[in-house]
Amino acid sequence: MPRAVRKQIITELPNPCLRNSADRGYSIMKRIYVNEKWCLGCHLCEYECAFANSGMTDMVKALKGKTIHPKIRVEDGGDVHFAVNCRHCTEAICVKSCIAGALSKDDDGMVRIDKDKCVGCYTCVLVCPFGAIMPSADGHAAQKCMLCLDNLCGEPNCVKHCPNNAIVYEER
Amino acid sequence: MKYVIIGNSAAGIAAIEGIRSTDESGEIVLVSDEPHFTYGRPLISYYLMGATDPEHMRYRPADFYEKNNVRTLFGVRAEKIDAEKKQVVLSDGKTLDYDKLLVATGSRPFVPPMEGLDGVKKKFSFMTFDDALALEKAIGPKTRVLIVGAGLIGLKCCEGIAERVKSVAVVDLANHVLPSILDEYGAQIVQRTLEAKGVKFYLSDSVARFEEKTATLKSGARIDFDVLVVAVGVRPNVELVKNAGGEVRRGIAIDERGETSLKDVYAAGDCTESRDIVTGDHKILALMPNAYLQGHCAGVNMAGGDEVFDKAVAMNAIGFFGTHVLTAGVYTGDSFEEKEGDKYKKLFYKDGYLNGFILVNEPERAGIYTSLIRERTPLSQIDFDLIKNSPALMAFSSKARADKLARRV
Repeated sequence: MPRAVRKQIITELPNPCLRNSADRGYSIMKRIYVNEKWCLGCHLCEYECAFANSGMTDMVKALKGKTIHPKIRVEDGGDVHFAVNCRHCTEAICVKSCIAGALSKDDDGMVRIDKDKCVGCYTCVLVCPFGAIMPSADGHAAQKCMLCLDNLCGEPNCVKHCPNNAIVYEER
Repeated sequence: MKYVIIGNSAAGIAAIEGIRSTDESGEIVLVSDEPHFTYGRPLISYYLMGATDPEHMRYRPADFYEKNNVRTLFGVRAEKIDAEKKQVVLSDGKTLDYDKLLVATGSRPFVPPMEGLDGVKKKFSFMTFDDALALEKAIGPKTRVLIVGAGLIGLKCCEGIAERVKSVAVVDLANHVLPSILDEYGAQIVQRTLEAKGVKFYLSDSVARFEEKTATLKSGARIDFDVLVVAVGVRPNVELVKNAGGEVRRGIAIDERGETSLKDVYAAGDCTESRDIVTGDHKILALMPNAYLQGHCAGVNMAGGDEVFDKAVAMNAIGFFGTHVLTAGVYTGDSFEEKEGDKYKKLFYKDGYLNGFILVNEPERAGIYTSLIRERTPLSQIDFDLIKNSPALMAFSSKARADKLARRV
């Protein structure tokens, strides 16, 4: 690990309270937020996302030798790294634009995709200003982060395993 | 408050959602001449392909009307608006009073006069679910289909039936397919994809005359067919507003709040004109996202809210057997392009703004480009050289990024 990064971890570790924010007990309006200055660019979140959504319980079996298609993607550029996934926008233009009614907003504000309704036209990919909804591996539908409420984890696995709190799950 | 909505597709449904975001109790009556639960209109080609079914084609959950307390009048046409009396006259002779009215009547197929067309017995349009069901009944593994029109509707129809029939031929006056959204290079990728499925194209050509089962083209070519689909274009359904004295240009004229020149009469969707944010021109942007955004805005304003929709952008996401075409904006100004086999990217920029793009088989994160167009982001504020190659939030300043990723949006 480069010295500068190590120093950054030691001196700029975020408020430990944030670390436990996922345990505060209410899910309404909690979102994943990015603190890019703490992102190491390790891409672990991508692997944890792919694992969480694999439906398997053994990470090696789920990921080894496979091309992953995570719903969170890390951008790298020189010293800057940060992860991007669905922002669950208040006025979600993907929901408004979906031609199939496959995207909707839950009562708690989460943007949900119904893969059985999605026909894979990619209108949502065309309108998302964050580039946070993407073609799924089979190309027949779109995929997006649903905060791991659609898999066995039940809470964002990327946040849980981020080694440096560069992504957090909290209310803002 | 009593609301009447004419039209049960994206704009009408969006208006209901807009009204209910502001007014939970007003009476809403929805009138549609189509006898169906609201469905995603572009899904009719996916239905023919077997990629969806009537249940999954529903544009909203099955309890939508009930939950939003909407009274539906399906299979009935709105024939006339009396803007003085604030009434809509229906095809069954009844009238509906309204305080606020939305006209979301969409468009209808345009069938130009063609010699001998009346003698063709099996001919179809491809706009509605009923069109798709009728076409489905007429085709089988031995059917030879002729589609006139290589635009969005004609080619989606082509994709929908290509693997269910013996042959498909497509004729268009333009020299390449999808002329409204693609240039020649992009169009050739789509054409190759469809040709690989056995579709035969007759471009820069048109039908000189029909006999019952034969079309003779201007070039002299003859095409034998069993079923004809005419998909040369659409016309907006503007007559209700026009006959009531409202302003109509090519489409119904509306302001940024969705109101027509008639008081308390709003309009949205394919029957209206939008102001293109790139060019400033008023034009018909017959696309579903636009219809929804217009309809929602109109609905909020009908219910006493105050919303403006002034960010209309031309855009299309359309796919053919795994070839994905994503386009937006207008194709003027300088350009940047990358071509590699079946992958194609072309960006158009002018006076420091991104004006439009064509992406074939490169859909990833295209929305970042679209948002540069929609928000009229000065390219001087971003690292455009970086973003040319691939759309990324890295091209924005760290402050702009924090606004996007570290804050509720």
